[in-house]
Amino acid sequence: MAIPPEEVRRVAALARLEIPEDRLGRLARELSAVLEYAAVLRRLDLAGCEPSAFAPGGAPPRADEPAGGLAREDALAMAPEAGEGFFLVPPFVEDLEP
Amino acid sequence: MSAGGLWRLPARALAEAVRSGRCTPLEAVSSGWEGPAAAWERDVHAVAHADPEARAAGAAAVAGHPEGRPLAGVPVVVKDNLCTLDLPTTCCSRLLAGYHAPYDATVVSRLRAAGAVVVAKSNMDEFAMGSSTERSCYGPTRNPWDLERVPGGSSGGSAAAVAYGLAPLALGSDTGGSVRQPAAFCGVLGLKPTYGRMSRYGLVAFASSLDQVGLFARHVGDLAVAYAALAGPDPRDATSRPGPAPDVGGWDAGVEGLAFGWPANLWREGVDAEVVEGLEEAAARLERAGARRVPLEMPSGEAALAAYYLVATAEASSNLARFDGVRYGARAGDGDVRALQARTRSEGFGEEVQRRILLGTYALSKGYYDEYYLTAQRARTRVRREHEAAFARCDFLLGPVAPTPPFRLGEKLEDPLAMYLSDLFTLGANLAGIPGLSVPVGTTRAGLPRAAQLLGPDDAEPVLLRAARAVEVGGERARLGRTHETEAAWPSKR
Repeated sequence: MAIPPEEVRRVAALARLEIPEDRLGRLARELSAVLEYAAVLRRLDLAGCEPSAFAPGGAPPRADEPAGGLAREDALAMAPEAGEGFFLVPPFVEDLEP
Repeated sequence: MSAGGLWRLPARALAEAVRSGRCTPLEAVSSGWEGPAAAWERDVHAVAHADPEARAAGAAAVAGHPEGRPLAGVPVVVKDNLCTLDLPTTCCSRLLAGYHAPYDATVVSRLRAAGAVVVAKSNMDEFAMGSSTERSCYGPTRNPWDLERVPGGSSGGSAAAVAYGLAPLALGSDTGGSVRQPAAFCGVLGLKPTYGRMSRYGLVAFASSLDQVGLFARHVGDLAVAYAALAGPDPRDATSRPGPAPDVGGWDAGVEGLAFGWPANLWREGVDAEVVEGLEEAAARLERAGARRVPLEMPSGEAALAAYYLVATAEASSNLARFDGVRYGARAGDGDVRALQARTRSEGFGEEVQRRILLGTYALSKGYYDEYYLTAQRARTRVRREHEAAFARCDFLLGPVAPTPPFRLGEKLEDPLAMYLSDLFTLGANLAGIPGLSVPVGTTRAGLPRAAQLLGPDDAEPVLLRAARAVEVGGERARLGRTHETEAAWPSKR
């Protein structure tokens, strides 16, 4: 199926990507080519095939139990901006009284 | 022992030399860097990060007590998407430039415990997305057999480094063939273990349900020793398979009485004639060693390829959401947080990574989820069943790794679908979660490596290693003659 360029723009916004206008057309064609190839799946007999999220037949994941994690200073060490024990980002709530 | 020849030794022999005191760990660890390999690296560009001080510190850590360590003093090259405390981990992406992980991946800490020393982080396609190692922010790696050709990918740096002699062992990751295909293109062995057998803790996630850490070596025995040291449960990886990993100590036990499936319908068309000749050669060697050929049919990999690229990109779009310019990596732009995230990701991610994130986001988005993602997951179940049906009739399958010998740099760069098609024969194993091994089978008439792929059911690593050994022994002269026995017989640089 063919994806129009404006659909690429919509998906890019969901994915937090800025795609320059002059690349939208080409990307739309490339993604369409892959999805057209994927049409082969529609011709497949999938009766009785339940979806598998992980390798089917694989062992179940271990119990998800809390355990120790990274120390705060290690977690912050590679942040682009950090201070007072927190990751810092530009203000995103306006008119907030301190 | 002359330190000058150490770089040619198999990992097991090198470790034995260190344990018995015939050479020091530092001599062993530095052997690849000080031999002819140093000159090769300038042309091949297999390495993304290296640090002589980290090497020396690693060697010093082994020097005190090398005894009992299976990989004492063995230099190992590690793909740049596996976290290491002493070298950067950037996934060869601008987005992670200069990033230092705060911990070692489990496979890296197990390597160190076994006495090995990480001597380099290898070049790769950015975030492991590619089949040629042309999509690294540091520029491409070249194939040591022909510098105009690609080494395969995405673990192309690891494969090339083992092929030219920087180290006898390397780690990679295999999401759709990223260990097996570069191994085939570079004339070395490449093993993708059963899903869950190698810990993924500290492997930067691309597609979590498909990713598996894999191994490169020039000798089957080295693969076995490394597998034994690294495989097995890890509480830090929720998808790690419980119970001990299968024992691969019998890798040299032969293939007498084993049956291998021969799905010749897969290469009746669309596969290079010399690749097929390589398969015939591998089959003949297995038969001479006492294995039995079972002709059978397998469904073509087209549906698997479609399912793979939907599942892998959907998982990637989710996994790579963490690179947002807030917690680690680069940050670009200012203004509001949303604009900062978009600018960071658009400047940081390369073209192919952005393409795959878009494809995956689309496949997961409202209105398309059932049609694409869910259908792909159902097709995945079918792929698994097709393999189970085949393994009811044989112990392992023999087939191609890639449809062609190594292709030229730039040849597939402009056509994403053509690049994806080079994974046609490898990605089924990732969808099914089964182990796969790429084994060299001589060369084409133009002198490029040929290879065969061995696939087995869950936990069939011991069988795959035995089979690879049978193929390796039959072809030892051809393989060693062109690569590692004599420098004079090395692939010529063009």
